[in-house]
Amino acid sequence: MLTVDKLNKTYKTGDKALTDVSFTVPKGQVVGLIGPSGAGKSTLIRCINRLVEPTSGSVRLNDTEISRLSVGELRRARRRIGMIFQEYALVERLTVMENVLSGRLGYVPFWRSFLRKFPGDDIAKAYRLLDRVGLMAHADKRADALSGGQRQRVGIARALEQDPELMLIDEPTASLDPKTSRQIMRLLVEICAESSLPAIINIHDVVLAQQFTDRIIGLQAGQVVFDGSPNELTEAVLTQIYGEEDWTAMRRGAAEDAEAEAEAHRETEKLMSAL
Amino acid sequence: MTTTPTTQTPTPVWHPRTPKARITLWFFWLLTVALFVYCWNLMTANTMWVFVYDAPQAASDLFNRAFPPRWTYMERLWKPLWDTINIATLGTLLGIMMAVPLAFLAASNTTPSKVFLRPFALFCIVTSRSINSLIWALLLVSILGPGLLAGILAIAFRSIGFIGKLLYEAIEETEVSQVEAITATGASQAQILNYGIVPQVLPAFYGISVFRWDINIRESAILGLVGAGGIGSQLQASMNVLAWPQVMVILVVILGTVVVSEWVSAWVRKAVI
Repeated sequence: MLTVDKLNKTYKTGDKALTDVSFTVPKGQVVGLIGPSGAGKSTLIRCINRLVEPTSGSVRLNDTEISRLSVGELRRARRRIGMIFQEYALVERLTVMENVLSGRLGYVPFWRSFLRKFPGDDIAKAYRLLDRVGLMAHADKRADALSGGQRQRVGIARALEQDPELMLIDEPTASLDPKTSRQIMRLLVEICAESSLPAIINIHDVVLAQQFTDRIIGLQAGQVVFDGSPNELTEAVLTQIYGEEDWTAMRRGAAEDAEAEAEAHRETEKLMSAL
Repeated sequence: MTTTPTTQTPTPVWHPRTPKARITLWFFWLLTVALFVYCWNLMTANTMWVFVYDAPQAASDLFNRAFPPRWTYMERLWKPLWDTINIATLGTLLGIMMAVPLAFLAASNTTPSKVFLRPFALFCIVTSRSINSLIWALLLVSILGPGLLAGILAIAFRSIGFIGKLLYEAIEETEVSQVEAITATGASQAQILNYGIVPQVLPAFYGISVFRWDINIRESAILGLVGAGGIGSQLQASMNVLAWPQVMVILVVILGTVVVSEWVSAWVRKAVI
């Protein structure tokens, strides 16, 4: 369980990115964090694993008060927090396997990671995860040889290799096409359900957020302005978060996308069974 | 025809530069031309034209004396040539060993101390760069006495600045997101360097090192002129006794070596990217 209490972040420039943000994520819940650009979504998830140092407030994961840890303790806490990034943030010139194994860096001594002599269990787990995300055949390819969707799958496997107790997911679909976005979101939600992992997903695509998450938190200028289930996200609320816009038209467009995808899926299955 | 509007809006005029920028540019060219004219006068004032007028004759005279090259002299060149290649290679390796830690200290994103160590590292790099290999060799020959060691160290000291500067710039240009991702896994500082930064700068590192080795082959060929060993000593000895056919052979050998080293360097750089 993750508890965020009265979290504040003011950057050195004086920009107030977060104001008194509080919420609790129970085990197994997938939370969609929505809001316009600059609302503080990225800052918020980076304050949780302290890639960005919060100004005040507390973050507690299970029984660990993350906001008060020393450098060494923070390293140990970070290994239990998996993070997935918008531009995948894979080490481009390392292989897929090395990227996945880098999820174990917090657990192995330097010489092992330097010589790439990871323990057998770690390697077995990495293969299992690559199989789970459907990249078994690409294990020894260099990360920069993969497509966007494949790279994001490597990112997911790397985060899971950490044995996480929490997933922080920053705009996982922003660099992907609509179809791949859906596949990635589906995979993320399935994986979190499999090990009842709590997750926070930063996402600017409201429709995807509503379709795939259990709960939505709306952030506007660093403050929580909405916290509730996806179907409570009415037009009035969206207008409050993002400003005036024709929301129904957007949803219709997305429904058509989903319909087209399902149609294409049926067609493929028809073709496959005909063979 | 339809009616044409009587009050047509004037076609908008667009200039790629503001009037101020145009005047500045014009003055820049004016100054450049003035400087050229001034330098030309300076140069010709101190030239003894009698020597220039018979330059073609003097050159052809020198060439005739150097021709045919004394190819038998080759057998005395293999050893100094090998020395030259060794000076360049060992000097480059030594330079790399000293430049890599300096580059990590000098790069603003990896330096452990911005106030103290970074300026120190930058100072070492600038010092090394501001002194030419030949001058390093002069200094070292007077300290260590003539020989290969002075040459190797001269090459190494000059390489530190070159490799250090280019490498620390490459380190500063690494993508932050990859480093952030490795940090988020709970990796230690050493692991972040090993997984987040080193893979990103490795191609640049190979490219820079081989490029410097290629330059060092050329530079070590003349170090002998000041007594730091290699084929340059032979060159100087031959020039001192006006043995032009031998000088010709040496120049051909240097040219051949440089061509080969350039080819190797280009090949390696292509292979690592």
